Amino acid sequence: MSDARLSVFKTYKLYVGGKFPRSESGRVYEVTDSKGKWLANAPLSSRKDARDAVVAARKAFGAWSGATAYNRGQILYRVAEMLEGRRDQYVAEVADAEGLSKSKAAAQVDAAIDRWVWYAGWTDKIAQVVGGGNPVAGPFFNLSSPEPTGVVAVLAPQESSLLGLVSVVAPVIATGNTAVVVASEKAPLPALSLGEVLATSDLPGGVVNVLSGRTAEIAAPLAAHQDVNAIDLAGADEALAKELEIAAADNLKRVLRPQPVDNWSADPGTDRMTAFLETKTVWHPTGSLGASGSAY
Amino acid sequence: MPTTAPHALSDVTASDSTLRRFLHGLPGVDAVGLEARAASLGTRSIKTTAKAYAIDLAISMVDLTTLEGADTPGKVRALGAKAVHPDPTDRATPATAAVCVYPDMVATAKEAVAGSTVKVASVATAFPAGRAPLAVKLADVREAVAAGADEIDMVIDRGAFLAGNYRKVYDEITAVKEACGTSARLKVIFETGELSTYDNIRRASWLGMLAGADFIKTSTGKVAVNATPANTLLMLEAVRDFRAQTGVQVGVKPAGGIRTSKDAIKFLVLVNETVGEDWLDNHWFRFGASSLLNDLLMQRQKLATGRYSGPDYVTVD
Repeated sequence: MSDARLSVFKTYKLYVGGKFPRSESGRVYEVTDSKGKWLANAPLSSRKDARDAVVAARKAFGAWSGATAYNRGQILYRVAEMLEGRRDQYVAEVADAEGLSKSKAAAQVDAAIDRWVWYAGWTDKIAQVVGGGNPVAGPFFNLSSPEPTGVVAVLAPQESSLLGLVSVVAPVIATGNTAVVVASEKAPLPALSLGEVLATSDLPGGVVNVLSGRTAEIAAPLAAHQDVNAIDLAGADEALAKELEIAAADNLKRVLRPQPVDNWSADPGTDRMTAFLETKTVWHPTGSLGASGSAY
Repeated sequence: MPTTAPHALSDVTASDSTLRRFLHGLPGVDAVGLEARAASLGTRSIKTTAKAYAIDLAISMVDLTTLEGADTPGKVRALGAKAVHPDPTDRATPATAAVCVYPDMVATAKEAVAGSTVKVASVATAFPAGRAPLAVKLADVREAVAAGADEIDMVIDRGAFLAGNYRKVYDEITAVKEACGTSARLKVIFETGELSTYDNIRRASWLGMLAGADFIKTSTGKVAVNATPANTLLMLEAVRDFRAQTGVQVGVKPAGGIRTSKDAIKFLVLVNETVGEDWLDNHWFRFGASSLLNDLLMQRQKLATGRYSGPDYVTVD
């Protein structure tokens, strides 16, 4: 028995509707590390993959947005647990993708896992922070509560392949939205592997859909898609962002413009959650109005 | 109305034994070949202008259907309005072929589509089971015709058919055909999902056509297996062979389970490749469907604007 063993290469695939399909187009592109060495072939998604992902996200929206915040928190925490178990794999992938030393890559992965835990905690707290009872001049209870926007297209940051990705995806789904994520164009492998984690974390299929390929090619149909409710342009450069924002205006999508982020490890605050929430306000009569006025 | 078909095959229906001999003498169906042929025709790529034509043609062939216990006059009126103008934002969209309702809703439906080309079809004969005495079934048909139905969708007695009692099925279809009179076209539903074998579907197709059906229809949409490309292809072959032998053209209507434009276009390819352009018209080919129309409209909007549409831009049925 010789020690030589054939290499088992991993086929990176998309994550759409809880399944791992290849691109409908059958195309792939070569992914290299920061020094240009070949790492793997990733699917080169087409606009039809984007369309299928939106259908899957729309289908998942009802159940996910209707799940209790507590349940969503448990599932997001479970994602962190699963990620922790595959920490070594992600350290290697992030080190390759971003050209980092092993210790720096490990710091990125740890921060990404902590980010999931952080957002998991927020699911049942965001309503108290951005919603609440409003004092009004009349015999009404007036209550505002944040509601998820719907299907959100997320263009993941190009540079930070895992921490940046988690930092834009977790806040979107924490509040009950479903997401179609376009992975970093040159470093998509951590994102595609994240699909494998999400698939084993009790996250219902379709809540997060991960596409890899040319950001500009996939983003254009997503921005124009009438069944996408919001778009996060984090991974778009200035020219592309402008073009996508114009296309997104057609059905009044919520647009989160790209914001310069130097350090994804910094405390993210709640902005990325509130960007994809809408406030629903309900007026409820306090009771019947007798001749003597309200009981309140 | 003559009760036997006035054509080359009229001697076949002379007696129970001749009918049985004829139906059992039909060549057996090569199931693997049939499914392979249907699948290979489903791989055709229909794009751009051909796709636009196919979508408009498919819209014009839809029998927009509501067959629920919870149907209200309001729902039927809404369906009628949608049949006349499927996409209110684009008046160039063709109207559908018909609306299909239960007999007690025919009058409401007739009013809703008045002044348009849309016909009113009614299921009858104790749809969907067909388990009622003949007199009840015929009364059902007469009521629907009297209320103004342009088309009657009857179900065959699958129990009698499976028991080999072909003559009973034949007599029932001819009786219903007579009750339809000259004003209503008769569609005969076989419920292919309950006939078990392709051979039975071929026999039922010939039996229906011999008995005077204007249309043969796959299914009620109420059982697990409805229209499939393979059983529709088999029925298309039957109407082709029937016309070759008798000169009588019969329509085909797959119903149930066709939900996407892609599926609908595959069926149109089957029609074109099997029976040819003569059937590419809503007088001879129909889709029994409800959710299909919304997908066709979304695809139509996609072709017109270049951007993907969504369920927010079509009606909720």
